Amino acid sequence: MRRVAITGAGTINALGHDVPSTLQALRNGVCGIGPLTIRDADRLSVRIGAQVKHYDETAHFGRQQIALYDRFTQFAVISAAQAMKQSGLSIDEELACRSGVLLGTSGGGLSTVDDSYRSVYEEGKNRVHPFVVPRLMANAAASAVSMEHGLQGPVFTVSSACASSNHAMGLAFQMIRSGMADVMLTGGSEAMLCFGGIKAWEGLRVMSEDGCRPFSATRNGMVEGEGAAVFVLEEWNHAVERGADILAEFAGFGMTADAKDIVLPSADGAQRAISAALADAGLAAEDIAYVNAHGTGTTANDRVECLALAKAFGPAADHLLVSSTKSMHGHLIGGTGAVEVLACLLALREGVIAPTIGFDATDPECPLDVVPNIAREAKVTACLSNAFAFGGLNAVVALRTA
Amino acid sequence: MDTRERVIAIIAEQALLEPSDIREDMSLADLGLDSLGLVESIFAIEEAFDLRVPFNANEPQASEFDVSTVGAMIKAVERLVMERA
Repeated sequence: MRRVAITGAGTINALGHDVPSTLQALRNGVCGIGPLTIRDADRLSVRIGAQVKHYDETAHFGRQQIALYDRFTQFAVISAAQAMKQSGLSIDEELACRSGVLLGTSGGGLSTVDDSYRSVYEEGKNRVHPFVVPRLMANAAASAVSMEHGLQGPVFTVSSACASSNHAMGLAFQMIRSGMADVMLTGGSEAMLCFGGIKAWEGLRVMSEDGCRPFSATRNGMVEGEGAAVFVLEEWNHAVERGADILAEFAGFGMTADAKDIVLPSADGAQRAISAALADAGLAAEDIAYVNAHGTGTTANDRVECLALAKAFGPAADHLLVSSTKSMHGHLIGGTGAVEVLACLLALREGVIAPTIGFDATDPECPLDVVPNIAREAKVTACLSNAFAFGGLNAVVALRTA
Repeated sequence: MDTRERVIAIIAEQALLEPSDIREDMSLADLGLDSLGLVESIFAIEEAFDLRVPFNANEPQASEFDVSTVGAMIKAVERLVMERA
């Protein structure tokens, strides 16, 4: 079976506008969550989020691109450009047809939808900008990335709420492994921090008004973030033959459905996804030193996730390091799994486990080592990253040192 | 600014040209305006003059709104402004 290398990474998120600054922030336990600076924030009851700050779209894009690119597309295009640059890949005519893009997003161009609704409903206007549809469509980001780099193979978008990125990366991995493609740009992007986006989440009553404290007894909900991360996945021998720097091996993927409840998670479904990822990667529970948790900071998720990890790992759970970096970069919904792979790369390549910050009280229902507040050094040769979505969809990726 | 100058200013902005470089005999192709640039121009005209331009991108030639040249577009806008008044 063909193996899959990660040969490039790019990101823009609340912790940094590229990979080095993001890794530095993850290592230092920096919190990217702060007061939301969006229109009509005073009408929100949830007024915090992990926004991408100091962002000037005109520094990255021309006028015609800005007219066509929603914020979630901009984030994806910026991340993909960084990843391609790091990979050193040059795409010739033959490789272009064997290369594709597979990105996750949950909301697509939600700010575009929000702005257009505002103008027709609130402002009573009878026309919207002609590019509303190409901006809002969920595949806008994947298509823009394919056009920027001339990638003409499989290109599409996966939307499965909070598991979107993991599903996207898992499928991209399988496409290369099975021989359908040689290079895939994959990851996810989200930009839901607009008035309508937050309002919708407020309604569900799962958001914290004061901070994201995963696994802590004082946790009181999730905090939304925004941004993107994109990786270059490449067929292993292709990467070796061109002398590429292989960041890590994409080793396995597991996905399951709870088939139970539209919002409540199930330990059984999550555990089966974790076990499936281990089996797919040919890894034993003892091989895994680190798990980047889904760890949303909601009462239900964190309890169920700990239960699922305990079941899947058995006695090996005692030595497991588990952290939720959502405490720093927020929950990027459809983009979250992609940004969390960066924490996995930090663990695999630098032996640094990014902490779960905001941790202030032990919860007996979360009895794992959640690396509270301060990063830790550890030797990690393989790790997992969990994503468990509304709708009961679970997707877990397994990575291994190169 | 009269209608002619305002239409030229809108087209110039879309085509990334100076208004002084735009001639009335120029076609969309001469201006380097693609189909997206054209619908953006029409949207900008609708916004600027507060009117509805009868244009269907499926059959640009059959539309009442003549987009064959800059001059034709100016005339069409002038007519729409007159009809509204």
